[in-house]
Amino acid sequence: MRGRLRKAAWAALAIVVAVLLTQSTWWETNQTVFAQAVVSGLLIGGVYSLVAMGLSLVFGVLDIINFAHGALMTIGIYASYLLFDNYGIDPYVSLLITIPLLFVVGVGIQRFAINAVMDAPVHNQLLLTLGIAIVIENLALVLFTGTPRSIELSYARNEFDLGLFSLDFPIRLFGAVITLPKLIAFAVAVLLAAVLYVLIHRTQLGTAIRAAAQEPEGAEMVGIDVRRIYMITFGIGAACVGAAGALVMPFLFVSPTAGATFNIIAFIVVVLGGMGSIPGALVGGLVIGLTQEMTQLFVSGSSKLMGVFVVFLAVLLVRPQGLFGKVQR
Amino acid sequence: MSKIRKLAQASSRDLMVLAIVVTILALVPFGVSRFTLSVAIAALIFALAGIGWNVLSGFAGQFSFGHAAYFGLGAYTVAVTLTKYSISPWLGLILGGLVAAVFGLLTGWISFRFGLKGAYFALATFALAEMLRLTFNTVDFVGAGIGITIPLAGGDDWARIQFEDTPSLQYWVILGLVALSTLAVIGVMKSRIGSMMLAVREDEDAASALGINPLRAKLIAIAISGFITALAGGFYTQSLLFINSDLAFGPLVSVLILLRPIIGGVGTIWGPVLGAGILSVLGEATRSLVRQPPSFLQIIEGVNGLDQVLFGLILVVVIIRAPDGVLGWFRRRRQSRPA
Amino acid sequence: MNPVLSVRSVTKRFGGLTAVNGVSLDLGEGEILGIIGPNGAGKTTLFNVISGAIPPDQGEVVYGGDRIDRLAPYEIASRGLVRTFQVAKPFTGLTVLENVMVGAFLRRPEHDEAKVHARAMLERTGLDALADRPVKGLTLSARKRLELARALATDPTVLLLDEVLAGLTPTEGAEMVKVVRAIRDGGVSLLVIEHVMAAIMALSDRVAVIHHGELLAIGPPAQIAKDPTVVAAYLGEEFQIAPD
Repeated sequence: MRGRLRKAAWAALAIVVAVLLTQSTWWETNQTVFAQAVVSGLLIGGVYSLVAMGLSLVFGVLDIINFAHGALMTIGIYASYLLFDNYGIDPYVSLLITIPLLFVVGVGIQRFAINAVMDAPVHNQLLLTLGIAIVIENLALVLFTGTPRSIELSYARNEFDLGLFSLDFPIRLFGAVITLPKLIAFAVAVLLAAVLYVLIHRTQLGTAIRAAAQEPEGAEMVGIDVRRIYMITFGIGAACVGAAGALVMPFLFVSPTAGATFNIIAFIVVVLGGMGSIPGALVGGLVIGLTQEMTQLFVSGSSKLMGVFVVFLAVLLVRPQGLFGKVQR
Repeated sequence: MSKIRKLAQASSRDLMVLAIVVTILALVPFGVSRFTLSVAIAALIFALAGIGWNVLSGFAGQFSFGHAAYFGLGAYTVAVTLTKYSISPWLGLILGGLVAAVFGLLTGWISFRFGLKGAYFALATFALAEMLRLTFNTVDFVGAGIGITIPLAGGDDWARIQFEDTPSLQYWVILGLVALSTLAVIGVMKSRIGSMMLAVREDEDAASALGINPLRAKLIAIAISGFITALAGGFYTQSLLFINSDLAFGPLVSVLILLRPIIGGVGTIWGPVLGAGILSVLGEATRSLVRQPPSFLQIIEGVNGLDQVLFGLILVVVIIRAPDGVLGWFRRRRQSRPA
Repeated sequence: MNPVLSVRSVTKRFGGLTAVNGVSLDLGEGEILGIIGPNGAGKTTLFNVISGAIPPDQGEVVYGGDRIDRLAPYEIASRGLVRTFQVAKPFTGLTVLENVMVGAFLRRPEHDEAKVHARAMLERTGLDALADRPVKGLTLSARKRLELARALATDPTVLLLDEVLAGLTPTEGAEMVKVVRAIRDGGVSLLVIEHVMAAIMALSDRVAVIHHGELLAIGPPAQIAKDPTVVAAYLGEEFQIAPD
């Protein structure tokens, strides 16, 4: 009862602050920028959520800290870029190729490398996955050079007639600009997150995964091949982040270090949301996206990432199990 | 003085090895090209940084993924004190070490008091290094995005640690720093403080039960570690004559720092130096191969990043096969032999 | 006579479970006080409270004239109240000698002094032949003796031994009992949790019985063995003290 009262008090306070804010002159002058920050933050936050979900899943099931997560995203980015550049395949269509591709890559990495450090001390896991990340990123450098590339989607500025109303991209919402690639990225990310949720909670495979996560020995005893589950789960995690790569490719510079920023953000989101929690990754991703965009609003001249790091350290110190995680000291 | 003599007796074997290694390394400048010497200097700089890292992460067991924070603080302290206050870089090195030590004590105290351990602590160190990088990239006083350039002194200038005419002197200076730091580490690890660090690394609860304050042990470790790594950063500024926030605090720097002790052997006295030696040899071999490959490898000519791929592969193989590094592997072989 | 360690009405709860309920006991100087009781009775929790690992919800612990129940474990240990662990916790990355030196360094900051003292402790526990061995290949008996040697090296005034005989063969157990007696003869007061009934009854000056977190009875072993409440709750009718 007391908890609910406290939550209600917080909500009331937030509403009062919001109302006061909208009435102030600050709001008058900054409304557009504020709206843009919120919109941009949510859109990119959706992608962060997808990236983080893969990482959180891997941690929840295999108990592995995968520092190569961002590098896997880089693979996804390059794969969809190459398919577009060489064969004209639309990046969103290429998801049909990049998702299975990254799944296979993930399974391979788990089978041949990760497996060896499943029981090793945590810093060895970090180092191994760091090594894998270094190999992947520099292979990209070797194969494709460091020159950043980008693509232009021919239909990004088109008008879409949806019967009742038409959407003319880029669309404006409360003064904020929403571009088509970013909107699609957000929508597909949320969709894939829902698919992942269904997979984990409503399918037989998902049940096996959850069993292996909670009680590997018990799972073995009821006939679940836990080693296979580990490979599959890592593959799913890689597929998630690879898909995210394909989704961001249209509005990002394609370079060997493209996935690196997402790597550290994914870790921050996972710590914020709670290691192993998929809803936590979703909420955390949106929060971090918002934090990133809104830092610039309130602290001029600072880097977008600064606010994110401050949040990260605050979470580590105050509530390291994250929003949805269990205490594990 | 007798305390030092007693420590000397206790570590006589390590001191002998130190003397031999330093003597051999001191001979390197004779008969090598200027270019090779610059490679050797770079190797020693990162060996020194690794020696510092090893104190916190190897001996005290608190894994740091963001040691660039100390490296960069040392680098920038030397740069700023020299260019803005005309303070000699010798003093700048010491100041840089102190700045880093204080930073380590503050952030370490907060981290350890809040119980950060293992992966969480490692990620926190990474975040701190990144925050420093972002901050130094925007603050005008330290040059913001442009960085700080050290004016060329011309000729051999001992006061400014620049040796345009005789680069061997620069090599010997960094070698001297490496030797002094190794000496300090040998002394510390044989002493009561070193024993405390090792105990805390192995088992904090058991260490507490023997009267050891884990927080104090970790803080001492982080201060020493930060100081030594900052010395390397300060010297780096002087050898490069330029510093910016990416070179000082970038994640690549943190990786380069920890790579050497990992390969050579975490938690050993000589791991960082051995690892630096191995990596610089392999790195140079790869780079010269890329510059002038034999006919059947023509395809790799001029390619960028191949040496990094190799480093990554080595790291992967070492962690899977020999997580204690080269020296650790030898130690295991020796121990598993029946007594 | 002033007790060297005094536990006064200590209570500890974990959520809904009361692990220790109002336990009071005094440890006399140079005494061996055995603590027995069924598994889960709260004995190790009591040790954890005394050694500072967890704070009591109620009550206090007095050692050397000061209240220690709010102090950190390392502070308590540095004052001379040292414990061993039920499952031995050796420093696996160090050799046997280095392990004991960690303890020795507490009172002997000089490397050489600590080393000499550590070797002496190894001799007392029969481990001197294994001084330079890594911990990895040690037998259970050796590990337990190492745990003991390491704690001894700190020159404790009071030693808390948690099931130091568990898992040992009768011969190894008898050896250990000799060592423990010698420790007491050296002036250390001992609080000993034990399950090996014959040994603890033979070793202790007094025995305390803990059951469901409460002190059921405390007194000389012969008296405890005959106490009807104790027999009913724990010992069973067939128990007899082994002849000394």
